[in-house]
Amino acid sequence: MSERQAFAVLTDERPPLLARFKRAVFGAQELWITLAVLAIGLVVSQISPHFATLSNLGNVLQNLCFIALLALGITPVIITGGIDISVGSMMGLSGVVYGVLLEAGSPFLPAALAALATGIACGCINGVLIAYLRLSPFVVTLGTLSAFRSLAIVVTSNQAVYSFGPAEAFVNALGGGQTFGVANVFYALLVCGVVLHLALKNTRWGRYVYAVGGNARATRLTGIPTRRVKLSAYAFAGFMSAVGALFLVGWLGSVTNALGTGDELRVIAATVIGGASLAGGYGTVYGAVIGSVLIEEIRNVLLLVGVDPFWQGMFVGLFILIAVLLQRLQAGFDED
Amino acid sequence: MSLIRLENITKHFGAVHALDGVSLEIAPGEVVGLMGDNGAGKSTLVKIMSGNYRPTSGTYSVDNRAVTFANPAEARAQGIEVVYQDLALCNNLPASANVFLGREIMKQWGPFRVLDHEQMHKRAALLFQELQSDTRSRDLVERMSGGQRQAVAIARTRLADAKLVLMDEPTAAISVRQVEQVLALIRRMRTAGHAVILISHRMPDVFQVCERVIVMRRGRKVADKPIAQTSPEEITGLITGALHGA
Repeated sequence: MSERQAFAVLTDERPPLLARFKRAVFGAQELWITLAVLAIGLVVSQISPHFATLSNLGNVLQNLCFIALLALGITPVIITGGIDISVGSMMGLSGVVYGVLLEAGSPFLPAALAALATGIACGCINGVLIAYLRLSPFVVTLGTLSAFRSLAIVVTSNQAVYSFGPAEAFVNALGGGQTFGVANVFYALLVCGVVLHLALKNTRWGRYVYAVGGNARATRLTGIPTRRVKLSAYAFAGFMSAVGALFLVGWLGSVTNALGTGDELRVIAATVIGGASLAGGYGTVYGAVIGSVLIEEIRNVLLLVGVDPFWQGMFVGLFILIAVLLQRLQAGFDED
Repeated sequence: MSLIRLENITKHFGAVHALDGVSLEIAPGEVVGLMGDNGAGKSTLVKIMSGNYRPTSGTYSVDNRAVTFANPAEARAQGIEVVYQDLALCNNLPASANVFLGREIMKQWGPFRVLDHEQMHKRAALLFQELQSDTRSRDLVERMSGGQRQAVAIARTRLADAKLVLMDEPTAAISVRQVEQVLALIRRMRTAGHAVILISHRMPDVFQVCERVIVMRRGRKVADKPIAQTSPEEITGLITGALHGA
C-alpha cells in the first residue's frame, strides 16, 4: 500500500498550467510564425498605406489560398516522413484536364470530377511506387514532376485554353468570385483545413499517419497496414492538387500547361516554415496554412515597399533557414 | 502443464547452425532468464518463439498444441508478445497513443467513428498505475526516461493480456536507477500472471527477478536450473565455456 502511494503522482491529468504554457510557447513553431506574420504586418502598415487595406488584404488572402490548399495536401505526406515535389505538376495536369473538357462543352460537374480523379490517380501512382515498390519519395516525385508536366503539354498540344464552354461563367465565378465579401477559394481552404485537422487528430487514419512518420517499423509490427497509410497520403496530395487547380483555373480565366510550375517549392517551404519536419512525425494543418500566409505576405510586402522583386526568393529562403533553426532550438529545449 | 514447449528445435542459416537441438518449457506465470554470449543463439531462439523465424526442424507448442507461426502477428494472436530492445515506440506520440497503437478505442461522433482520447488516456493511466510507474499517459515518448519508455512498451503487452512476454535486453541501454524500475515492472508482470522470458547480459538482473535461468552456448542449451540452485559464478562459467554443462 505504501509503495503504491509513493507512485501516487501518476495520473492522466494534464500537466500543470505553467508547464503547458512553456511547452506551447517553446514547442510550437506555429506560434512564432504567427507572431512574425503579425509583426511584419504591423511594421509594413506603418510604412505603406496600401498594405492594411481591404482590397490588398483580400488579394493576399486569395493568393495564399492556392498555396495553402497544396500545403494541406502535402502535410500528411510530410508527416509520414515522405516528400512530394510533384504537386505543381499534378495541379497542372488536373487543371489541363479540367480546362480541355470544359472547352469541349462539358458541364461543370463532370469536368470537375474528371480533374479530381486525375489528381487522385496521379497521387496513387506516386503512392504505389513509394509505398509498395519502396522507391525513394524524392526520386519518384522528381520523376513524376517531369512526367505529369509532360502529359499536361501532350493533352493540350501545347495550346492554352481560354474558353470554358457553357460552364464558363460558373467556373470563373467559382475560382475568381467572392461570397460575403471573401474569395470563394477561402471557403474551400476553410473546409479542407477543418476536415483535415479533424481527420489527423481524431481518426485512426490520422493516428497512423503520425505513427508511420514516428517509427514505421514499430507501426508495422503492431499490424497496422503501413503501406496503405502511405499510399493514402500521396493520393490525398493528388486530390488537393486537383482541388487547387479547380479554383486557380477559374481565378486565372485560362489554362496553360505551365499551371502550377514551381509551386512545389513554395508549398514545401510553407509547410516547413509552419513546423513540419521533413524527418517525419510532425506537422499540423495550422502550420501549413500559417506558413503559406507568411510566404504570400512576404511577396506582397516586398512589392508594396518597392523592394526589387528579385529579392523575394532571398527572404523566403531566409525564413526557411530560420524555421529550421527554430526546430533545432526546440530540440535543445527538450533535452533539459 | 506448460505454456510453451520447444522440442529439439534447430535453425540453420545455410551452413551456419544457429540452434542445434534446443528443448525447453515455460510454465504459466514463470519468469525465466535466458543468458548466453553474443552468437550463442539467444536472439534466434527468441525470434522463433515470437514468429519472426520458422525453425528448420523440431516442434514448438503453445498450450500443448503444435504451432507454426508465419509472422509475429500470428504469435501475438496466441498471446506471445515481444518487448523489443529498441522498444518499437513512436517517439512523436504520447504514451497512451503508443499503448493503444493498432487497438485504438473508438467512439461514435455523429456518423463517424473517432478516437476516444479521454478513454485511452484514462485506461493507459490505469495500466501505468498498475505497473506503479510514474509514466504520464499524455506525455510524448520522446520526453521520457528509459524506465518510463519501458513502462509504455510493457503496458502495451498488458493491454493485450499476453500469456508470455519476451523481453529482449530491457536493461541494456538505461541508467542504473532505471534498471531498478524495470526490474520492478517485471515483478509486477509476474504478479499479474504473465510469464516472462528475460533475455539479458546482466547477471544481477537475472538473479533478482528470475526463478529459473537457461544458458545458451554455441546454439545449444547448456544449463536450465532454478536460480536457488546456482550462482553467478557458475552461470558465468557456463556462458564462457569454462564449465561444460550443469
